[in-house]
Amino acid sequence: MKRTLVLLLAAASFPALADRYVVPKHAAFEEECASCHMAYPPQMLDAHSWQHLMNNLPKHFGTDASLDEKRRVAIADFLGKNAGGRKTGVTADAKGNPLIRITETERFVRKHRQIADAVWQRPAIKSKANCTACHTTAAEGNYSDDNVRIPR
Amino acid sequence: MRFPLLFSIALSLAASVAQAETPRDFLTRFEKEAGAAASAERGGRFFTSRHGSEWSCSSCHTERPTQGGRHAKTEKDIQPLAPAANAARFTDAAKVDKWFRRNCNDVANRVCTAQEKADVLAWLLAQK
Ligand code: HEC
Ligand code: HEC
Ligand code: HEC
Repeated sequence: MKRTLVLLLAAASFPALADRYVVPKHAAFEEECASCHMAYPPQMLDAHSWQHLMNNLPKHFGTDASLDEKRRVAIADFLGKNAGGRKTGVTADAKGNPLIRITETERFVRKHRQIADAVWQRPAIKSKANCTACHTTAAEGNYSDDNVRIPR
Repeated sequence: MRFPLLFSIALSLAASVAQAETPRDFLTRFEKEAGAAASAERGGRFFTSRHGSEWSCSSCHTERPTQGGRHAKTEKDIQPLAPAANAARFTDAAKVDKWFRRNCNDVANRVCTAQEKADVLAWLLAQK
């Protein structure tokens, strides 16, 4: 009886964990892919999208993120292995070309459809890719609505 | 007699390459590659000017790199670049070469010359 209660309470405090994206440990990924921005969770794009992104690092969203070949291959491999899954959704455009922005994927757009354009443009946010501006615990992979604070 | 002396110098040079480097070692290396002494004044000008692109080095590292900076596009905090304020800077050749390559490409649309790297580092070392 007591045990059931504990289990029930535990279940209630972690509602399906739909809002958790745990980033598996990987030293090279953390060093190289969290230097200019937080480490985006591998589960947020599919393998095809990551492959596309990892093949174009010298021209990475208007900046040079080039890597030596050994590291590039190791990180591409890590992303490929952890890509996709139940919560990823479609990460290609209408023509089937891989998207390399999480913020353009169908799932991201759906989860953020209530946020007005003017909000994204606020000086403290500036970019949809600036997850940590609103999700205070995004760097730990926690996107729970309890930890969302939209800056004014 | 002369030969063993040269030999031991060569040995200690080889050892210092393998050891952790200091900012001074990088300055020596860049000056040697450039074949000329560094100018901190020139380095400061290089660091704070735009070279025909949207950003200067100080867009992300600020004009007073003893302070922390912020990535001009992503807003992520960046630790101070001046060694006086951040002992981890200019101690790892792979890291130094990688970021000079990337950031010079972003700011100047080309790699930096050894002289430019020497000048910038001399200026950073002068920041206290
Ligand atoms: C030199 C800086 C730099 C490095 C290193 C870097 N990135 Fe980026 N990344 C950026 C910038 C700038 C953007 C665009 C941010 C924006 O639009 O606000 C970006 C955007 C992204 C996006 C798209 C975000 C969105 O809009 O959904 C992904 C995914 C991404 N990076 C993954 C990576 C991965 C994986 C690595 C490691 C291999 C990496 N980045 C390394 C600078 C960098
Ligand atoms: C302008 C602020 C803002 C930014 C920036 C932002 N989000 Fe969100 N996000 C929200 C809000 C608000 C919600 C809805 C919270 C709720 O009520 O469930 C949300 C929901 C989510 C959810 C769904 C959580 C769940 O309950 O299932 C995920 C996942 C998510 N965001 C990921 C991201 C990622 C990844 C980024 C960066 C690429 C990002 N967000 C950038 C505000 C933001
Ligand atoms: C768009 C932002 C941006 C610009 C512009 C920029 N940097 Fe950087 N720089 C970074 C980031 C991000 C890092 C890596 C994060 C860190 O080490 O804190 C970095 C790291 C470095 C390092 C590594 C030092 C070490 O040993 O840790 C050097 C050297 C450097 N930058 C020099 C420059 C120079 C020179 C310029 C101008 C040509 C410049 N940067 C312009 C963002 C920038």
